Amino acid sequence: MPDAALRELKFRDRGRGEGLSAALARTVAEIGRAPVSVMHVCGSHEQAIARFGLRSGFPRDLHVIMGPGCPVCITDQPEVDEAVALARQGIRIATYGDMLRVPGTSASLADAQAEGARVDVVYGIDQAIATARTSPDPLVFFATGFETTAVTTAAAALAGLPPNLFILSAHKYIPPVMEIVCEMPGSRIEGFIAAGHAATITGWGIFEAFVARHGVPVVIAGFEPLDILAALVRLTELIRDGRRTVENMFPRCVTREGNLVAQRQLWQVFAPAGGRWRGIAHVPNGNLRLRDAWAHLDARRQFAIDLARLWDEAPSALSAQCVCGEIMSGLKTPSDCPLFGAECVPDTPVGACMVSTEGTCRIWREYGEQTCLSQR
Amino acid sequence: MCLGVPGFVVEVDGNIALVDFFGAYRHVRLELVDQPVSAGDYILNHVGYAIRRIPEADIEGTLAMYRQLLREADDDLMAADVRAELKATAERHDA
Amino acid sequence: MPVAALNRHVAMKHGAGGRSMRRLIEEVFMRGAGSDAAAMDDGAAIRLSGGWLIVSTDSHVIHPLVFPGGDIGRLAVAGTVNDLAMMGATEPLGLTCGVILEEGFPIDELVRLQASMVAACEEAGTTIVAGDTKVMRRAEVDGIIINTAGIGMTHRVIRDSGLVPGDVLIVSGTLGDHGMAVMAARHKLEFRDELRSDVAPLNGLIRLALAAGGPWIHAMKDPTRGGLASVLHEMADRSKVGIVVDEPSVPVRPQVRAAAELLGIDPLFIANEGKAVIAVAPTAADAVLAAVRSHPYGRDAVIVARCVAEAPGTVVVDTGFGRRFLSEPDGELLPRIC
Repeated sequence: MPDAALRELKFRDRGRGEGLSAALARTVAEIGRAPVSVMHVCGSHEQAIARFGLRSGFPRDLHVIMGPGCPVCITDQPEVDEAVALARQGIRIATYGDMLRVPGTSASLADAQAEGARVDVVYGIDQAIATARTSPDPLVFFATGFETTAVTTAAAALAGLPPNLFILSAHKYIPPVMEIVCEMPGSRIEGFIAAGHAATITGWGIFEAFVARHGVPVVIAGFEPLDILAALVRLTELIRDGRRTVENMFPRCVTREGNLVAQRQLWQVFAPAGGRWRGIAHVPNGNLRLRDAWAHLDARRQFAIDLARLWDEAPSALSAQCVCGEIMSGLKTPSDCPLFGAECVPDTPVGACMVSTEGTCRIWREYGEQTCLSQR
Repeated sequence: MCLGVPGFVVEVDGNIALVDFFGAYRHVRLELVDQPVSAGDYILNHVGYAIRRIPEADIEGTLAMYRQLLREADDDLMAADVRAELKATAERHDA
Repeated sequence: MPVAALNRHVAMKHGAGGRSMRRLIEEVFMRGAGSDAAAMDDGAAIRLSGGWLIVSTDSHVIHPLVFPGGDIGRLAVAGTVNDLAMMGATEPLGLTCGVILEEGFPIDELVRLQASMVAACEEAGTTIVAGDTKVMRRAEVDGIIINTAGIGMTHRVIRDSGLVPGDVLIVSGTLGDHGMAVMAARHKLEFRDELRSDVAPLNGLIRLALAAGGPWIHAMKDPTRGGLASVLHEMADRSKVGIVVDEPSVPVRPQVRAAAELLGIDPLFIANEGKAVIAVAPTAADAVLAAVRSHPYGRDAVIVARCVAEAPGTVVVDTGFGRRFLSEPDGELLPRIC
C-alpha cells in the first residue's frame, strides 16, 4: 500500500488537531451561551473521542453527549434473554464479543457459557457461517448492531446460509431514535453529529426531514480524530449562525443517497418493527426483524424459546437503580448514577452501559472524563 | 455505528477481495459495495464486508476540507483582531 | 468484598492476568499464605546469608503449541527466567519442569518441544535440574501443560514498588508482538510480513541494564498477560505514584497496530514474552537506555512514560490529541462488536 496515501487515510496529524481544537474553542465562545449541548449517536464516535482523549481538549462550555448509539447497550433484556434461553436449551450460539457479558433479566451469555453452554465469539457473520459448517448441530447467530451491521447480515442471508445456521435478529435502526431524543422533555440538544458509517449506507438525505421538523442542524462525521474535531467545528458554526441544515463532513464515504445496493439488500431481508430499546421508551420502526420470506432461518420462528425459567430468577435489586436509559437519552451522565464506580464497574456490571466497550458508563470508567494530572 | 476500517485492495477474485489494512491482510466480501472494485482501490471494511469504495480524490478532498475550516477560523481570528484594534483605537479617541 | 460476592464459578477472565485474576488470587489463594506470597511480585524473595534467593513458578497452557517465533517449550523456559531476572536474579541456578500430557500426544512433537526448551535454557545459561511427568486420559487435559519453577540469587531485590515521581519508564522494544502473533495464528489472520512472537529469555539484557543503572533502577517487570497496561497499573498502585504514558512514543510494529485496530484491541493490553519495563531515575536513564539498546533484544528500546506525584495510583495516556485514563485490563481480549 503506498505509504503516503496510507498515512493520509489515517487523519491523525496533531498539528491540524491543535488548529481544529483552537477553532472549536473560538466558535463555542462566539455562541456566547453555556452550556452548548450537542449529541452524537454512535458508540464508535464515543470510543474515538475517549480513546484519543478529545474531551480533555474540548472547551468547557461544550457538552458532547453520547446518546443511544451503543448497539449493545440498547439491546433490551428480553432480547438478551432469548439468546441466553437458547444457549441454556443446548443450542450453540455465535455472538459478537461485546454482547457476551450484557446482562439479560438475570443472566448473560457469559454466565450461560460458564455453566457449560456453547457460546462462540465471532467478529462477523462470515465467521458464524464457517463455524456452522464445522458441525451439523444448529447454530444461532445473535445478530446485534445497527444498520451498518444489519446490511452484512442481509447480504449473507441473500448469498445463502448453511441450513443449520439461524438468525436471532436484535438489529436496530438509528434514525427513529433521534426523533425520540428530540421529543424528550428536558432535552436541550442543539445539534447532532450523525454516525458516518451508518450514513455510508443510508445517505445523508434522510436527515433533511428530521432537520426541518426539529430545527436542529445535523453534521455527518467520520471517525478519525480530525474528522470528529472538524465536524464539531462545523456543527458549532451552524449553531452559532442559526443554520438548520444537514452537512456532510465525511464526503469520502457518505453521499446524499447512500449505498443503494446495500439499502436494497437490507430491506429485502429485514422490515422495521417497533420495539423497546433498553432503558428508552418504545421506538417506532427502531427494530429490524426478518421478513416472512426468511422465516426458515429466523430463530424465533424455528425454535421454541423457553423464557419462563429465566423470569423465575429475580433480576438483581440493583438493576432497579440503574439509569442507563436516561444516560443513553443524554439526560443524565454516569456520575449521576448512584451505582457508577461502586456496585457497577466493568467487573460487576449492573447496566449494559457498563458492559459494552461502546457504553457511556464503561467508557467514562475506563478513560475518565477529564484528567487532573499536570499538563505538559 | 461501528468502526469501519479503510484498506487497500490487493486483488479481487469474484466477490472476495484481498485487502491490505496497513500491513494486515483480510479477505473482504464485495456484495454490498455499490461500485465495481478492483486492485488498487481503497475500500471501507465493516465486519468483513466492503461498504464503500473510497474514491482516491476524496482523500485529498478531506484534507482540503480541514484546511478550509482552519483558514476560515484564521480569517475569523484576523477579523477579530482587526475589530479589537478598531475598538481600542475608538476608546483611545474617547478617552 | 467477601468471596461469596464473587462469581460462583471460575471463568476465563480469572486467568487473563487482569483485575479479575488478581481478585481471585487475593480472595482465595492468599488466605493463609505467607507474607512473601502476599507481595505478589514476579517471584518470592527469601533472605539467605550472602543475599536473596528468588523463587518463581509459571504454568503454560498456550494454544497453538507452536507459533511463529516460538513454541510452548521456549515460552515455559523464558517465562520463568524472565520472572527471576525482573527481580534481579539474572543468573538462574536451575529450573524444574513439570509436564502434564494428554493421552495420544505425539512423541515427536514432545521431542521437538524438549529441544526447544534445551535451546532456550542454553541461551539463558541454565539447565532443567528436576522434573515430573504425568499423563491424563484423552480429553481430560488439552494437549500439554508445562509448569516451570526457577531459583536464582541476587544481592538486591528489585520490586515493582520502588518508583518515585520523576522516574522514567523504558520499554525494551516493540509491544504486542507475542499476543498478536498468537491471536493471528488462532484466528488465521494473514499479514504482509508475518507476525512473530518475541518470546525470549531476557536475563542477559537485564544484566546489562543493571550494570549500567545499579541502584537507580527502581522497578522492573515483564509485560506478559495484560500487557504494558497491567504492568503500569501494578507499578502505579504499589509505588503510589501517577504514571503518564506518551502514546506516540510507544513502539508498536505497523502490522501489530493494524491487526489490533482491525480487531478493536489496544496494543497496550497485548501480551509480550520478550520485553521488559524498567523504571529508572532520570540521572541514569540515558545510560540504561544505551545498555539495553546494545543488546540484540533491546534495539528498539525507548522511554515511554514518566512518574508524577499527582493522582497516585492512576495511569494516564497522553494521546497527542488529549489525555485519558488507561483502564486496567480485565478478562480475555475479545474482538469488538461491530
